[in-house]
This record gives sequence, C-alpha cells and structure tokens, in this order.
Amino acid sequence: MRFLPLTAEDRQAMLAAIGAESVDALYRDVPAAARHPEAIDLPNQKTELQVERAMAALAGKNLNCSQAAAFLGAGNYRHHTPAALDYLIQRGEFLTAYTPYQPEIAQGTLQVLFEFQTQVALMTGMEVANASMYDGATACAEAAAMAQRITKRKKVLVSGGVHPHFADTTDTFLKFTGVDVEILPPDVMGLEDLIGRVDEDLACVIVQTPGFFGHLKDFSALADAVHEAGALLVVATTEPLSLGLLKTPGEMGADIVVAEGQSLALPVGFGGPGVGLFASRSKYLRQMPGRLCGETVDVDGKRGFVLTLSTREQHIRREKATSNICTNSGLVATAFSIHMTLLGEKGFTGLAEYNHARAVEAARRLAAVPGVKVLSSTFFNEFAIAFDKPAADVVEALTAKKVLAGVPASRFYPTYPELDGVLLVAVTEMNSDEDLDALVAGLKEVLS
Amino acid sequence: MTETRTITGNRGLMVEERLIFEYDHQNRTAVDVPAVEPYEDRLGGLRRKGGVGLPGLAEPQVVRHYTRLSQKNYGIDTGLFPLGSCTMKYNPRLNEKAARMTGLADIHPFQPVSTVQGALELMDTLSHWLKQLTGMPAVALSPAAGAHGELCGVMAIRAAMDARGENRTTILVPESAHGTNPATAAICGYVVESIPAEESGRVSVEAVKAKLGPHVAAVMITNPNTCGLFEPEMIEISRVVHEAGAYVYMDGANFNAVVGRIRIADLGVDAMHINLHKTFSTPHGGGGPGSGPTVLSAALAPYAPVPYVVRDDKGFRLVEHERDAEGDAKPFGRMKGYHGQFGMFVRALAYMLALGKDGLQQVSGDAVLNANYLYARLADVLSASFEGPVMHEALFDDRFLKDTGVTTLDFAKALIDEGYHPMTMYFPLVVHGALLMEPTETESKAALDQFIEAVRGLAERAKAGDAEYFRQAPVHTPRRRLDETLAARKPVLRWTPPQA
Repeated sequence: MRFLPLTAEDRQAMLAAIGAESVDALYRDVPAAARHPEAIDLPNQKTELQVERAMAALAGKNLNCSQAAAFLGAGNYRHHTPAALDYLIQRGEFLTAYTPYQPEIAQGTLQVLFEFQTQVALMTGMEVANASMYDGATACAEAAAMAQRITKRKKVLVSGGVHPHFADTTDTFLKFTGVDVEILPPDVMGLEDLIGRVDEDLACVIVQTPGFFGHLKDFSALADAVHEAGALLVVATTEPLSLGLLKTPGEMGADIVVAEGQSLALPVGFGGPGVGLFASRSKYLRQMPGRLCGETVDVDGKRGFVLTLSTREQHIRREKATSNICTNSGLVATAFSIHMTLLGEKGFTGLAEYNHARAVEAARRLAAVPGVKVLSSTFFNEFAIAFDKPAADVVEALTAKKVLAGVPASRFYPTYPELDGVLLVAVTEMNSDEDLDALVAGLKEVLS
Repeated sequence: MTETRTITGNRGLMVEERLIFEYDHQNRTAVDVPAVEPYEDRLGGLRRKGGVGLPGLAEPQVVRHYTRLSQKNYGIDTGLFPLGSCTMKYNPRLNEKAARMTGLADIHPFQPVSTVQGALELMDTLSHWLKQLTGMPAVALSPAAGAHGELCGVMAIRAAMDARGENRTTILVPESAHGTNPATAAICGYVVESIPAEESGRVSVEAVKAKLGPHVAAVMITNPNTCGLFEPEMIEISRVVHEAGAYVYMDGANFNAVVGRIRIADLGVDAMHINLHKTFSTPHGGGGPGSGPTVLSAALAPYAPVPYVVRDDKGFRLVEHERDAEGDAKPFGRMKGYHGQFGMFVRALAYMLALGKDGLQQVSGDAVLNANYLYARLADVLSASFEGPVMHEALFDDRFLKDTGVTTLDFAKALIDEGYHPMTMYFPLVVHGALLMEPTETESKAALDQFIEAVRGLAERAKAGDAEYFRQAPVHTPRRRLDETLAARKPVLRWTPPQA
C-alpha cells in the first residue's frame, strides 16, 4: 500500500525487538467480544487512478457553477480565486502543520494568524480579532454565549435579517444552557423595529449587514439603545467583501462582529469548510472564545509570535473554559489572509465597488422584466426579487437552461407561504454579461 | 553563540520577513479589477468614509512573503511529527486533487438538489463507510471538528434525556481526558465529575460504578485512552452505565489505533466522534479545518442534527429543517451553517477508497506496531509510564530526568534542534511531565530508528549533566524560546501603525 512504508521484513524485525509474536498480540487488551473485523463489509484498496476515477464520477453527477450562469448566494459567494492563492495554501508547510503549539518552528503559521487578526480587525472596524472559528454560524453562536457571560443575562434577540443558519445554530448552541433565543420572523424589506424590543433582560441583539435579504441598515441608533440597556450588539455578515465599500460595524457601535469568511477564502465548495471571523472590543478580550495569536520576543530579543491568553481555553480551564473549541479553521484563515494580501487596499475596495456596480446593473435589468419585482431598495451584491409564482418553480425551470437563477427564500422559510415568490439573486465579478443576458432571457420566457 | 553576525539578520535559508503592514504602502495590488463606469449606487448613504488601512503588494511580493513564512513552519511533509493524540499522518496529495475537481469544489450549497446528486451521494457513501467501520446505525456528518462532534453527541444525549423526561445533571469524565470533554459537557449544562485513573492508567468498572447514580446522564471516555492504552473493561463499563440509565460517549480521537479491526458498536457505545483530520488523513492546516462526524446508537440516532441526507426512489435529498424530519426522527437542532465540512468529506472518502478495508487494517496495525517499537526501544532510557503493549501512542513521564535539571519542556526543545517536531508534552495530566509520542503508520522503520537514536542520545546527554545545553535549546530555529508570559501580560494581538 503506497502510503505505508513498513515492509514485511521491517514488521518482523520490529516485532522481534518488541518481543511480540504478532501485531494481533499487541491488541491483547481489546476484548475478544469486540474483535469482529469480518463484520465490516467494505471493498479493499484501490490504485490512485481508480480512486481518481471514482471521485471524478461523483463530481460528474453535479451541475457545477462554471457550467451554468450562477447567481447563488444566501451566505456563500462565488469569487475568483487568484492562482497564487491556491498555490500558496498547498505548500506542505502550511497544509500539513499542526496548531502552532511549538512556536519556534511555527512562526510561519503564527505570523499569518497575526496578520489575519489585524486584517479582520481593520475590515470590521474593531479593536481585536481571534485566529478564527469553524464558520460564521458557530462564530455567531459563540458571540451570543460571550454576551451572556459578560452580561450574565439569559435572553438573546435575533433579527429577522440574520442568516437563518446563524440564527438556528445560535439557538441550538444556547438552548441547553437555559438561554432564551428569540428569532424574529424573516425581515424581507428591512422594516423590522428592533429598538422598540430592547430591554434590560437582553444579553445581546444580533443583526446582520448586508441583511439576509440584501438590504443595508445603519445600526448606530440601535447600538445606542442596546448599550443604554446594558446589552451588547452583535453584527454578523456573510459577505466580508461588502466591508470594502460599507460603513463598518465597528463604526456603528458593534461590540462583537462575526462573519463567514468563505467568500474571500475558498470556492463555494458545497458550503464547507468555511472560516468564522470573530472580532470584538479590547475590553472584552478575556471573554473571547478561540485561539489568539500575540506578539512577543524570544530570548535573543527578536520579535516573534505565540498563541496567547490560553487560560481562557479548554486545555487549561477544562469545564470552566470560554468555549470547547480546539481545532478551528487555520488553513481557511490562511487562505482568507493571503487573498486579502493579494487584494490589498486597492483590490479589496475596487472589487467591492465592482461587485456592487454589477449588482446594480443586474437589478436594473431585472426590474425591467415583466413579472419581476425588485424588493431591495438598498443592497451590496445580492438582492431579493419577487414573482407571482413560486420562486422554486422558476429556479427549477431555469436550471434546465443552465441558469442557476438564485436561492428561493422558501428553502429557508418553508412555513412562510408569503415568501414563496421571493428569490435571492447574488451578482459577483464571476457573472459575465452573457450570464446576465441568459438570466434575463430565461426569466422573460419562464414568466411569460 | 546565537548572535547573528550577518548584515541583514538573515541566516542563509532562514530569512527575516517583515509583516505585510511593514512593506511600503504604495498603491499596488496583486488583483487587477476592471474599472467601474460612473453609476448610481444603492448603498443608501452607507458608503465607507475612510480607507481600510490594508497594505498594497504586487503578486511577486506576496508569493515571496508567504513562501518565506512557510519556510518557518514544520509540517508532516517536513519530517516525523510524533505529536501524541494528534495522529499526524501523511496527507495524500490525491485528496487535495479530488477536493479541487470542479464538480466538487464549484458547487453551491443551495443549488437545487437535483443538480448536486453527486455531492449527496458522496456524503451518503462517506456515511456508509463510517457506519460500516464502527458498526453503528447512524452518523451525523455536520460537526466541524472533534470538539464539535463531542458537542453533537452530548446534545443528542441531552435531547434523549429530555425526551425521557429525565433531568440528569452530571457527566462523568476520567481525569486523563482531553480538556474538550469537560468543556463540552459544561456547554450542554452538565456538571462534570472526574473519575480517577487506576495505577495501570486505565479506568476500572469499579471506579465508574462508584460514581454512577440517577443523576448521571453519561460517561465520556476516550478509548484508546490518552495514555495510549485500550480500556480492557470497556464492554463492562458500558453495561453498568446503561444499567444506570445513562449513555456512553466514547471520544474517538484515537480511532486510528483500531480502525478496521474492531467495531465500536460491539463496545456498547452510544456516540463517538471521528476526527477525519486524524484517522482519515485530511490535513491539519496549522489548526484546521477539521471535521468530526459523530456516529450514534439506535437510542440516540433520532436526535441527530440537521441537515442530513436521505435517499428515496427519486434519488438523494437533504433534510434541512427539524420540521421536515420523518419517522421517529426528532433532530435536536443545527450545529453549523450549510451542510458540514464537505471539502473534508471529499478528502476523507478519497483516502478511504484508496486504503479500503484491508488497507485500513494495515493502517491501524502499523500504527500500533510503530508505537510499540518506540516504546520498546526507548524503555531503557526514558521512563515508560505504564506497562505495554500500547496502542497507537507511547507515554513516558519525566522520572528519567530526575535530578538532571532538565525538564520535559527542555527535552522537547532539544528535539527541535535535532530536526523533529516534539511529542505532546505535559498531557495527559495523570503522569508527571508527560511525553506522549504517536509516530503513526506513515513512518518507515529507518525514520523511527533515526528518531530513536536522537532521543536516546539526548537522554544520555541529560543524564550526563549537560543541563545548560537543554536550557539553551532550540538554537537552530528561526526564533528561539519565546516569552509567553510577556505575550499574555501585555497582549499585542494586531499590528498598529507606529506612532508618528
């Protein structure tokens, strides 16, 4: 077997050195009643070519986004991956390293994390960021748990503009600890009144920008009301590229910012892995979950980096830790950071502007299609439109024409019939003029 | 001796590399974006006022920056990585190739399910392999890492207890457990009680029995345990736990030792996570992404979280909402966004198909053989904590360093100078100054022999009284020992512009 270097002679020599008769003899602590390898019904080993063909066969059963005009978003966004990015994250020293517990031989990973933390803090307008969480949804749940620790309150209010997976994950994460998570109904038009719901029982209010249905809001007044009540404001985003163009959550008064970083790190990849971004205020540093990378010096006085403040973490604090997280999303954070470095100030803000301009153009053209109503008055690169017929049917009909028109709201909100006609349409630099022509032509045909 | 006398501070291949923020901030970019024609924006007045503050580098600068940083890292590709309980095995490159196939990478989680039948079939096939390899009837794929899998298992236990109308308060965890176990139990609202280890490094039925009662919801037990030993009384432990009306969570971090040889179901387990980034070779990536599918017994299966894949006569589909669950399924909720760590599923399945049943049996056999070989060849110079044979890893403590003035940490740092990643240190907590070595099956005998010579040589050097050598180590690294106290006392967690 090509991954296993021991030869039969090696094994014999090693057994002799150990003084064991056979490998089986080394398993003597395993009760005989548990040794039933014969009950495992699986095929034997395959060559690399055979495996490659099996995987390609599975890949071939999918319609991939490059084979279609794809306008899919709803939390995962398709952007161009620079060739240098994928090359760099495949370097074995990044790919096959462990969590940097031995800083003398992990300065590469550690410096990347320090740069990542800085980039995330700058983008979100916050003071500190951690070294990543599993994904945006779990980061959101951890933010609510952190707010609960800080305020010692047991109520969380989630806006109807928050991605439903973020909301559901937060609810699941907290419900067993007796925290009441109230999730407001879907807020398609961005008209929900949150300030009127703020009270002094709340640990935090969670909002999202751009909202799940696309709209943009200034949360500054909400932040004031939330702080007045002694609670925290958590601002989520699922499209960090938007931060290149928009007023930052930090500027609006957010206490914690969480985001799904996939869009700037990896291909859509069927939704995973992603990377959770997590940023906050310095005063809450010791309540933050996850790994933190900090600057220090070595015995020669040279600057270096280490994982720090680990007394918050499970391997030291065990049941009193701020989180149970151990593995996070290191390589995706690395990809995110490399992409941000490639983009730089000019690329990041320019790409954000370009995305928005493309989306504005798409919204303008779609608004002219009979039977299409553009619902979002403000948006970044994704907006909601509505038909008189179920959006899922429209999507199904267009799929046959190799147009993946968007994500029907009913996929997330099957119990809200009033949302059956609503479709989320995302437009990025990946959508060519021909893609847009195909979407418009397809919709005209299907809706006529 | 470590004073750098070069003009630049560089030392040959060890090149000093500034932060990206310390490059000169010219208006460069490595990504050219088309110019935007004048247009009327739809930002509702929320346009960002100032700049972001990011540096601007051209592509060659960026590639060189990260190449240099990568060269300051030690990975499995660099050399032997005997980090106990972490299973640092070789990560086949075919996994990476498969994960980058357009049909597996460029698919969106919310495409119509009719267009992603291959992806759902892949998830279903992975589930089939995990169920076959464990003998368990169900698996929840969505947990994002080992600790997240623990959370999945304990939440399923909590949901099952709630369904039974029982308000049990406590989870028992042996003291040798990884810190995630008690942290997970606490997140689910449980009180943690510790089970002491026996002299032999194992957990005894009697010790578990002594702590069991109507207040106990579950026992979380790592097997093979973090001392590298199989729990010989596991079946009996499961029996008494079940008799007390509680569930058995087995931490599967060390599944690599037994994969293909035993079925977890035969041990009486109710839930176990499997770290795809350990046993099934998906890369650790400097700390993730991981993936922690969690197998469940018939008693816990109904509570598995959404989403999950089902197959009917029309093909595969996803159950994404709790209310869409059919039959006796009562999902406890959702653990993360989207559909799980799909890219890790691709890599793990490529690995499973490559190895097959016979190959996986060889994996566990060689992993155990390599660990026992280390144990046998080092027993006379280090101090073995428990009597073998061991499973996938070998635990030593620091008795061999007694009166030498050398600590476990010093010893590990000296190994770095020899070109090795150190073993796990000071864990598990049940022995003093632990050194936990897990060579994995992807090391050759020659590589182990070299490592053994290095360890033996260092042990002899320590015993000969050369403590100063160890205190100085490492000296051949990009950075020497770092001041962790300073980092924690005055946290600097981001770059800030120098004061004018």
